[in-house]
Amino acid sequence: MIAELGRFLIALALALSAAQMLFAWAGARDPGGAFARAGARAAHAALAALVVAFALLTVLFLQSDFSVAYVAANSHVDKPLFYMITGVWGGHEGSMLLWCLLLTAVGAGLAKFGPRGDPALRVRAVSVQGALQLMFLAFLALASNPFDRLDPAALEGSGLNPILQDPALAIHPPMLFLGYVGLSGVYSLAMAGLIEGRKGQPLGAAMRPWALGAWTALTAGIALGSWWAYYELGWGGWWFWDPVENASFMPWLMATALIHSAIASDRMGAFPGWTTLLALLAFTLSALGAFLVRSGVLTSVHAFALDPERGLWLLAILIVIAGAGLALFALRAHRLGAGQGFSPTSREAFIGANNLLLAAAAGVVFTGTLYPLFVDALGGRPVSVGAPYFDATATPILAFALVLMPFAPFMAWAKGGLRKAATPLRAAGLILPAAIAGLTALALGAPPLAALGAAIGAWAVAGAGLDIARWSGAVGLGPKLALAGRAMAHAGVGFIALGAASDASWPYERMAILAPGESMTAHGRVLTMQRIMRADGPNYMSDLAEIAVTRDGRAQGVLRPERRYYPAADQTTREVAIRTGLAGDLYVALGEPRQRDDGAFAFEVRAAFNPLIWMLGFGAALVTLGGLAALSARGVERRRPG
Amino acid sequence: MRKRNQRLWMIGGAGLVLIAAVALSLVALRDAVVFFYSPSEVAANPPAAGERVRVGGLVVDGSVVRVGEGGARFSVTDGAADIHIVYDGTLPDLFREGQGVVAEGAFGDDGVFGAYTVLARHDENYMPPEVAAALRATGHWREDDDDGQPYGNRR
Repeated sequence: MIAELGRFLIALALALSAAQMLFAWAGARDPGGAFARAGARAAHAALAALVVAFALLTVLFLQSDFSVAYVAANSHVDKPLFYMITGVWGGHEGSMLLWCLLLTAVGAGLAKFGPRGDPALRVRAVSVQGALQLMFLAFLALASNPFDRLDPAALEGSGLNPILQDPALAIHPPMLFLGYVGLSGVYSLAMAGLIEGRKGQPLGAAMRPWALGAWTALTAGIALGSWWAYYELGWGGWWFWDPVENASFMPWLMATALIHSAIASDRMGAFPGWTTLLALLAFTLSALGAFLVRSGVLTSVHAFALDPERGLWLLAILIVIAGAGLALFALRAHRLGAGQGFSPTSREAFIGANNLLLAAAAGVVFTGTLYPLFVDALGGRPVSVGAPYFDATATPILAFALVLMPFAPFMAWAKGGLRKAATPLRAAGLILPAAIAGLTALALGAPPLAALGAAIGAWAVAGAGLDIARWSGAVGLGPKLALAGRAMAHAGVGFIALGAASDASWPYERMAILAPGESMTAHGRVLTMQRIMRADGPNYMSDLAEIAVTRDGRAQGVLRPERRYYPAADQTTREVAIRTGLAGDLYVALGEPRQRDDGAFAFEVRAAFNPLIWMLGFGAALVTLGGLAALSARGVERRRPG
Repeated sequence: MRKRNQRLWMIGGAGLVLIAAVALSLVALRDAVVFFYSPSEVAANPPAAGERVRVGGLVVDGSVVRVGEGGARFSVTDGAADIHIVYDGTLPDLFREGQGVVAEGAFGDDGVFGAYTVLARHDENYMPPEVAAALRATGHWREDDDDGQPYGNRR
């Protein structure tokens, strides 16, 4: 009964999205009229229908109703309550439902919070968003319905993939989707602006908060995924330039370019066409990501099973999104107007350089990610493009962007002028930290390129420090929050560069086979296997090792890495134990058991030391907080009287 | 005049970055592209020793031998030929006999493949596309391996 109601609600949301698209389209001429209101109501009703559908799917998971194919594939009665709930979006169909739910939330959000001062633009955007909802909901209803029945019903579910049973991964997909789908709002606004013939400046202003919100969520989502890969996959890496990671990185690069160019459009009327094009491309790349990840066309560590039919659907949706956006842009871009002029040393020029470099980085990532597909389409020998390609292309381009970054906040709009911004004190404040970081890294044996990376990271952090030093110059809560947001985000990427450079500089890994009582040394510490015991959980069996860490004879605590076996999925996972310190993480994973010749049991132990790796997490948190601060700055500004 | 100047700056800058990015990716692609070889292809026409390549196939039942401090030897097959692989890292959790895997590395002078990485999936029913194609080529593909459904979701 519940499943049938769920199917009905998805169909209802589909019909409501069609109504939203048509009514709002008809209502854009008279934004206060009955058609426009009906469009907005349809948007709200579509959201309500999917909220209930999502709740119903959650109920089916809690009831362990294995007559529903999706529940049977992703749940199990043994599963803890928390993972029963997160299992709702743990597989393809449920995550697609979440995607559609967020799309309708953006539609309803556009209707309610869309540009107040430009009702026609708002209503038109609601209509475009309705069209996006329609496409994805048709895919959900016809080719990925989470409420499809399984006949005969399964006696027991297969369980959520154990590797996904993790707190960080429970919130990683919703965050990531919020970012991807948030960009759909920017896309709809850009399309609406082109249809309505808006100038670039008001359009940039309308897109700014949506771009900022989506970018913040995307940043947090990618960071959570990377953190999860670091501790759950048990290899210790945090970024692999894997196709699925690249699929999220390309929209992030575009969104990063967009939040900067939208500021220049909003404030100074610069880059009208380019900002609009970026808005269209950012969501197009999100849809490309959905296609790459869900169709399984690329070999990825993160890939789910292949499904050609799904791939075709998503490819068709992608072609419509990209085609409609680019065609309309080609026809209407001239109406956005010419950009305001600026000098080569103005802030606009620096934002332009930032955009150029970020777009170039997205371009080389795009080339490397899709190259295997081109080769395959041409019938060549299957190839893959690995980390060396991306390290040689995207990394230097982004490093150059970081070199320019500290200058931009000090440049005046329009007129610019280097001499006023580059005071000797400021120059020293940038060069000294960079030189110290680079030379220290070199002295500690870092490879020259990694030392350069450390210098650039310190340079960026120092630039953000100089920026925040102007705190007293920002008058009022809004400007203060905006300054804090910018400085935090800029410092955050600097810290990420520092963490990445340090991780690349001093890789340290030791492996040993340890029976209770035996020890190994790793990074100046002695690791002693004290005992191995059974530590079974609700739906898994586990071998837990207690490994005491001592340094120079002083005890530093006990690490407890685990090796879990999940019978429902017949799968083993590693739960690594990490001791985080200021110098870095001591990272211990428990490998396979080995039986010694004398019959004694021992375990493979892999110990790694990841220097300064906390800087990656700290940096990503700063970037996210910076986005939130910049968002709230806009909220404060908006509420200010006058 | 200023407007024209600005346009020149922008076009010049954009052109330079574009040329640099294209040149960079072409050079990097030439060096970083890794070709995939199935076991039969290796048998017929092996890649040069030391060349970085990917190989893949099904892990041969009973071929996995643990060696050293956390390394392993195993063979992969496409039904027509085998490749012997040594790997001195920890095998991924999803690595299992009879399962499709992809390994990246290089052949040694002795014809044994030294893997730098062994890829297995999050998903136990997932088959790497290259391995599936290699199995099809030798006629060892079983259709029930590829029913187009994600794990567990089989009708």
